[in-house]
Amino acid sequence: MNRFDYIRPVSVSEAIAAAAVPGSAYLAAGTNLLDLMKVGTTRPERVIDITRLPGLDRIEWLPDGGVRIAAMVRNSDLAYDERFARTFPAVAEALLSGASAQLRNAATVGGNLMQRTRCAYFHDLASACNRRVAGSGCDARDGENRLHAVLGWSEHCIATHPSDFCVPLVALDALVEVEGPHGAREIPVDLLHALPGATPERETALAPGELVVALRLPAEAADFSGNARYLKLRERTSYAFAVVSAAAALELEGKLIRKARVALGGVAAKPWRAREAEVALTGMPASAEAFAKAAEIALADALPSGDNAFKIELARRIVVRALSLAFEGTPEVMPALPASPFSTTAGAIHVA
Amino acid sequence: MSLSISLTINGQARTVVLDDPRVTLLDLLRERLDLPGTKKGCDRGQCGACTVLVDGRRINSCLSLAASLDGTEVTTIEGLAEGEALHPVQAAFIAHDGFQCGYCTPGQIMSAVGLIKEGHANGDPERIRELMSGNICRCGAYQGITEAILEAQKASTEANRRDAA
Repeated sequence: MNRFDYIRPVSVSEAIAAAAVPGSAYLAAGTNLLDLMKVGTTRPERVIDITRLPGLDRIEWLPDGGVRIAAMVRNSDLAYDERFARTFPAVAEALLSGASAQLRNAATVGGNLMQRTRCAYFHDLASACNRRVAGSGCDARDGENRLHAVLGWSEHCIATHPSDFCVPLVALDALVEVEGPHGAREIPVDLLHALPGATPERETALAPGELVVALRLPAEAADFSGNARYLKLRERTSYAFAVVSAAAALELEGKLIRKARVALGGVAAKPWRAREAEVALTGMPASAEAFAKAAEIALADALPSGDNAFKIELARRIVVRALSLAFEGTPEVMPALPASPFSTTAGAIHVA
Repeated sequence: MSLSISLTINGQARTVVLDDPRVTLLDLLRERLDLPGTKKGCDRGQCGACTVLVDGRRINSCLSLAASLDGTEVTTIEGLAEGEALHPVQAAFIAHDGFQCGYCTPGQIMSAVGLIKEGHANGDPERIRELMSGNICRCGAYQGITEAILEAQKASTEANRRDAA
């Protein structure tokens, strides 16, 4: 790890002023940043510790029924908040399917939003990576790329965004509140993460020095609480990033779909909202055919970026499965294996 | 740049002067405070061997900057037993053969203590396995670990019930 100056501001404005110096990085729990610093992928000269800033650890219900989650709320505190989990069950399920209990106890909402890709070439300093060093090339293109992107990638970068949390957030029209040297603004989570294009080094819509201070879920997102799921396929039962994942949320009138939300994870450099699939579902009776059609549409533009054509069919199937489970209804209790397609009944041994 | 931080470690107040902010909680415990019970496995948050409780919550000490934890209470494996009397989770690991080589065991036990405090497993072995997935055991002692936690959790629930009665 490189040497750095450690700075602990006492207010958001002081933090933003401190981060105005080039070479600064905000430190929340550090579960991603310290990991990146240990391998040298990130080498900040100044680390601005924002974990103790006042007012950044609250979950606040808004008069209209929406919720504002301050950036330093820990993943586990949010996922196990009863009202939150009841109101936005797919978000709680996504949170609990990510990382491990230890990491969820430390990791923050803001940190999760700012999480970097897990592409091995991004982490390996001996490899070319346009995201890490602009213009240096992309060794993933001809490397081990079976888990890389199938949507929205470019010849310059085929990395995926690793977050589970962000997938239902984009489906539910969440917003981030940002403060920076030029004031405060809001950004839809759907516009927070950039597709690589010719500039993969530009990972988010944040300007230098801007700080995520809160996340908001609008009141309308609560309309899906009865029929919302997050489903995630992993290469082991637990504690792994998604091969593909999907959030599905339905507002039903009997069997008729009044509104639908669909987003995919593990397929692109950002959580991938499938708006055209949502349009195709709206006003339709829920059926296996309607879900299959929606999945077709969601992956219509998908292309393999390497040895990963299988992910396109897997992604279609996870969409169908997530929609089918959402239609069955949000489970009364959080499944023992949150988001797992392999959940079994309580007490049964599913691992041989 | 040196920085002075105060921590309560296993009930004892400690003031530590850090000459370098890069020190993780794990390295502080092992290298500077003579508490080598907490183990370094991967040092990347992937194996769980470094699990400790900070303010009662289990975390990976390898991914925490010590400077950032100024003012917190830290419990390590060295702080669990009361004199010669083992903590119920320690005793249950022995009773159920919850280890073989023992390297991951301090992390497993601290994680299990955290899991029981969190109260989300409800005596369900599937939930215990899921909530222990951040602790890897290369010897594969998972069966015994799950049984040990089930027993310790049951004992802790009964003790709480007795206290409440």
